[in-house]
Amino acid sequence: MNISLFITCFNDTLFPEAGQAMVHLLERLGHTVDFPEEQTCCGQMHYNTGYQREAMTLIRRFVNIFSQAEVVVAPSASCVGMVRDIYPRAAEQFGDHQLAAEIAALMPRVYELTEFLVHRLGLEDVGAYYPHRVTYHPTCHSLRFLHVGDAPLRLLRAVRGIDLVELPEAEECCGFGGTFALKNADTSMAMLSDKLRNILDTGAEICAAADNSCLMHIGGALHRQRAGVRTVHIAEILASTEERSLV
Amino acid sequence: MSETLSPKQATHPLPTFQVSAKQALANTQLRRNLYKATHTIRAKRAQVVGEMPDWQELREAGRALKERVLRHLDTYLLELEASVQRAGGHIHWARDAEEANAIITRIAADHGAREVIKVKSLTTDEIGLNRALAANGINAIETDLAELIIQLAGESSSHILVPAIHKNRAEIRELFLSKLEVDSLTDAPNELANAARAHLRRKFLSTPVAISGVNFAVAETGTVCVVESEGNGRMCVTLPRVLISVMGVEKVIPSWQDLEVFLQLLPRSSTGERMNPYTSLWTGVSQGDGPQEFHLVLLDNGRTQVLTDTVGRQSLNCIRCSACLNICPVYERVGGHAYNSVYPGPIGAILTPQLVGIENASSLPYASSLCGACYEVCPVKINIPEVLIYLRGRAVRYKQRSRSLRTRLNPESVAMRLMARTFASRKLYEQAQRLAQLGQLPFQHGDVIDALPGPMGRWTAMRDLRPVPRQSFRDWWRSRQAAHDASEEVRS
Repeated sequence: MNISLFITCFNDTLFPEAGQAMVHLLERLGHTVDFPEEQTCCGQMHYNTGYQREAMTLIRRFVNIFSQAEVVVAPSASCVGMVRDIYPRAAEQFGDHQLAAEIAALMPRVYELTEFLVHRLGLEDVGAYYPHRVTYHPTCHSLRFLHVGDAPLRLLRAVRGIDLVELPEAEECCGFGGTFALKNADTSMAMLSDKLRNILDTGAEICAAADNSCLMHIGGALHRQRAGVRTVHIAEILASTEERSLV
Repeated sequence: MSETLSPKQATHPLPTFQVSAKQALANTQLRRNLYKATHTIRAKRAQVVGEMPDWQELREAGRALKERVLRHLDTYLLELEASVQRAGGHIHWARDAEEANAIITRIAADHGAREVIKVKSLTTDEIGLNRALAANGINAIETDLAELIIQLAGESSSHILVPAIHKNRAEIRELFLSKLEVDSLTDAPNELANAARAHLRRKFLSTPVAISGVNFAVAETGTVCVVESEGNGRMCVTLPRVLISVMGVEKVIPSWQDLEVFLQLLPRSSTGERMNPYTSLWTGVSQGDGPQEFHLVLLDNGRTQVLTDTVGRQSLNCIRCSACLNICPVYERVGGHAYNSVYPGPIGAILTPQLVGIENASSLPYASSLCGACYEVCPVKINIPEVLIYLRGRAVRYKQRSRSLRTRLNPESVAMRLMARTFASRKLYEQAQRLAQLGQLPFQHGDVIDALPGPMGRWTAMRDLRPVPRQSFRDWWRSRQAAHDASEEVRS
């Protein structure tokens, strides 16, 4: 399959290792990977903060860049959620019927990484090896907007060497919420402190998720507290093998 | 009592959500009380919803019914008016809070009432009825246990269904000891309930005028329905001689049969019960039985304005179950008072700005991490995250159109526009990546950034930040492609 990477501006700039892991993983699984270099940002931050007119330029740009792709895969549930949940609504809100039609044609081919592997490719065991104690945080967008269900957990359970421990109150939001983390920093932190307590209670050395944005929030506080737990994107775990340990 | 919901708030700007939330978060007792209460009710709801095989179909039925009501609101309201009048009731149309209060006060005064009893009603909180009555020398006595508690404490409600959710038993015991005529009292729930019951029973038996809210009003039959758990509502709507009920216009439902859907959705979503304990239904006036005079006040107060908005109007589906409050991770931490609104929690964050104007409540649509839990539990499928985002758009547009240059050029707006322009061009975007890599150097201490200036300081106040790596993904991709191309060249 020819897979176009939607790397997301966040991962491109701040967490390139997640994108690299995705490239290694998808190539290992026998697919051709392409990175359309014109891509920048899907417009989520602008749209969700209320700058919707500003986001429209970015939405049109995204659709143009990826319209010819066979499939588009991203290491971010929240950015894919933006495309799937918000794009059609945005086109409607701004009365752009041409764009709405293009979005409708593109949307079924845009996937978040774990749903692509499990629901599209029908895989669970991707041949990964990762000898660490890991707990998994299901991010809100993966859970309640993309409905990936237990796809990430099925992938993780099939990883050799992993000690996967269940996270208590896993489905609770970590408190990131994009600009919410800045606009309502105190409430955001109150939510995060409960998430951290649950993570620490598992005794895991690593907290994994399908979104580096939530992980930046969780990991930033773990680091500040010198808690002895780090955060890792699920793509990096799935890309690790006995021959090639990425982390 | 609660602030009235009206655009007049502009003259007394309320604190923003951010400011009130910060105060609430510091109250450790409140945090503990809220955590316990919301988690208990969440678990109960999850259990009784989980046992319904057709829950999703019921939700869809509830949503579809509400959509039909909103689409034909004029027809159903006129039908309701005719049926209520046929059954011997009186209908009053109230454009806003002021008109509604004047109507109710006049009816109570006509009967010479110095006191009225009330069954908990958010709509009367919305219009500030108790204050309006007090201004006319009429004392309103709340008969719902939690409403009585906050009335005695001189506080306002912090939850749609459990107005005193912010208080625990020990706090209620102290309040009752000082305000009710009791000599000794423990904090056992039955003792607290008995103290309130003894106090209220006298009022039920002696007060001639009662005021209630309305959960549903059936257009077809003129039947009005009040749903409650303590029996105080049943007494309010049966014992007094005069009954005045106040309803938002959106509470009308087409037919008797539609109650089947809502009376399943509501108790399971709100109190986590399979069946509601006290469901009172009455149609007009019955000779020699119950109130001999019945008034139904149909309140607009901004609702028809909300109705004109194709995205926002779904907020009027709300049946006031409070499932969204109980599940909300923000509400769970800050409580209802932080919203500075009669309707707190996620539903308040979308309803209040629409009723009072976005300019008077612009911080409320941002009181959410957009986690989506509220939408998932909503029994009438209000897409709360969708409306929150939509209202954020209106808040931003309001600021962008402001006459004040300072509002138009606030740092967020400038940064957002700059970033939008940057993201619109690959070249500018890649330059910005380089700039971030260099610009961070003064703030970088080894492998961490732990203090940033300006608004970003709100991030680093509580969390570390990993520096932007020297090599972006696209840098890596390009060097990999270059290496690949070079090896291809060598091979050929």
